[in-house]
Amino acid sequence: MAVDTQAPSRGFIGASYRTCPETGLKVCSQAEALIKVNAVVAVVFLAVGGFFGLMVALTRWPAVHLLPADWFYLLLTAHGADVLLFWVIFFEVAVLYFASAIILNCRLAAPKFAWLAFVLMVVGAVLANVAVLQGESSVMFTSYVPMQAAPHFYLGLIVFAVGTLIAVFCFFGTLVIAKEEGSYEGSVPLVTFGAITAAIIAVFTIASGAIILIPTFLWSIGYISHIDPLMYKVIWWGMGHASQQINVSAQVAIWYAVAAMLLGAKPLSEKVSRMAFLMYILFLQLASAHHLLVEPGVSSEWKIFNTSYALYLAVLGSMIHGMSIPGAMEAAQRRNGFNNGIFEWLRKAPWSNPAFSGTMLSIVIFGFLGGISGVVMGTEQLNLIMHNTLYVPGHFHATVVGGTTLAFMAVSYLLVPLIFRKEIMFKKIAQWQPYVFGAGVAGISLFMMGAGTLGVARRHWDMGFSDAAMSFDYPATAFLMMGLNGIAALCAALGGLMYVLVIVCSVFFGKARTPESIAAFPTLPKTGGAATVTTYGSEAHPKLPGTVVLVSVFFVAFVLYYYVNWKYLSEVWPLS
Amino acid sequence: MSDQNTGSGGAPEERVPAMQRLLDNPFLLLFMGVATPAALYLLWGVMELSQIPLAP
Ligand code: HEM
Ligand SMILES: [Cu+2]
Repeated sequence: MAVDTQAPSRGFIGASYRTCPETGLKVCSQAEALIKVNAVVAVVFLAVGGFFGLMVALTRWPAVHLLPADWFYLLLTAHGADVLLFWVIFFEVAVLYFASAIILNCRLAAPKFAWLAFVLMVVGAVLANVAVLQGESSVMFTSYVPMQAAPHFYLGLIVFAVGTLIAVFCFFGTLVIAKEEGSYEGSVPLVTFGAITAAIIAVFTIASGAIILIPTFLWSIGYISHIDPLMYKVIWWGMGHASQQINVSAQVAIWYAVAAMLLGAKPLSEKVSRMAFLMYILFLQLASAHHLLVEPGVSSEWKIFNTSYALYLAVLGSMIHGMSIPGAMEAAQRRNGFNNGIFEWLRKAPWSNPAFSGTMLSIVIFGFLGGISGVVMGTEQLNLIMHNTLYVPGHFHATVVGGTTLAFMAVSYLLVPLIFRKEIMFKKIAQWQPYVFGAGVAGISLFMMGAGTLGVARRHWDMGFSDAAMSFDYPATAFLMMGLNGIAALCAALGGLMYVLVIVCSVFFGKARTPESIAAFPTLPKTGGAATVTTYGSEAHPKLPGTVVLVSVFFVAFVLYYYVNWKYLSEVWPLS
Repeated sequence: MSDQNTGSGGAPEERVPAMQRLLDNPFLLLFMGVATPAALYLLWGVMELSQIPLAP
């Protein structure tokens, strides 16, 4: 691999490139710059929104009860928007550019539009934040009508969505360029296919958002007199739920990417993994209906078709990924020589590399905590025992924080040396970061689910009902759960702070990578990772006893937990 | 949009299976991925809501 090609060179279409000294890939300088700015802004929103999350959690800790009620709802709204929309989507745009221009080795389509997209997204996100912080828009993440926010709240979200849509089209355009210029052969690599899945779901998400948010904006400035609340809910969740599926697709693509880059892991079967992504494209978005499971006005047929029959096909897709990624890692590790017993491949994996440990924790937390609780909660009958309780935030912190956010953090430890070309600073802190964050997130997920199982409502300032006309007592265990949740939140916030510290310092003050440091500490170990992530190809039929054991454990946990919940349900209305 | 003629004249092209042609075509996938939820979730859902009688 040549190391002397740092200087940008001009390609025949006028785009400038450099050759990456670590991977040998041609890196389009526009794509690289856009990945950088989107990722940096994402981290800023994570820092701000994560801080708000801590404030919210400390308020829900009964012994602390930090904020007054109006600030609680204000910061809860800001928390949801800053982390779930702005952190995640800015980072996803960076992932889309990476999975197209960088992995396909070609130039980014329409970089001017990509910059416009970035500017619109920043303007929209800042506008929405201003609206919320001014205090007239504490409508929470879902902004259900007839609650009304200030017009610039909706306008901010719309401008942000327009920017995102432009970015998604730049991604599709790049695919076309790569095809025309023949920068890859045959089919796109699997990671790019995962990004295509995310981009497709993003288009549906943004379309639903436009259908509902534009009229709501017009209503907020008085041009429309009435928006039907149920109609709002149905269409809003076409956006609100589908946007989570962008996250899932992007995060799964990252799992494959990290497994390939660090271990040289090829998918067990390209075909099967692609079919699993196809299941996402077709069915994952239908599960939006699980947010309306207790709503009158829509039929059981509509609910059950969308949340069960169709969704289970998408869940099948997730389980395929969940088996095939550890399987691919096991196969690669055995190829790399860790062939003793059932679990040597796992024990001798690079656990001190935060990119690897973050990815593994993301898979485990997403699968065990987020996946299982999601299937339980998405079952029409079982949903009744946890609808609108803290079980819901418990579940989605396992998916979007333990799963998506942790996966994005993990891949950041590769992006900083490869794209920003900086050394990671504070290596020890970086090494511990995924564990601290993962433990905290697993804690807040489990404790919120625990409190929710005991009936504690979500989005509720005072679980003691101190100033309520009619008093109500939750069981003492519920208060204990919320105390433990506060402690876990401190741990998660510490993990988040460690991430922000390492990444921001490395990006802005880190030492530049030099040929010497690249030779001494290569980002990608010599397992053919760069070639694996950029090409199509499956592992040849390996034996995977370790993965079989892990998958069996998962299924036993799944089945047991599912039946426990039917038992809970049966106890809700005793018959004798 | 699938990968045909790479220039080599003589050798007979291997037939690409239908499923692979689908998976290699992002715009067809885009269409399917938007049309399916639009029909089964949005349209069906909105149709049901529009049939709820208004209170007198
Ligand atoms: C330090 C880390 C975090 C802590 C301690 C935390 C804590 C919390 C708490 C306590 C709630 C309120 C539950 C309720 O009363 O209903 C909440 C809501 C929420 N969190 Fe987090 N969170 C964290 C990070 C994140 C991240 C990274 C995301 C997204 C990627 C996220 C997404 C959300 C969303 C969407 C809501 C719901 C907002 C609403 O109900 O409108 N959180 N979080
Ligand atoms: Cu959902």
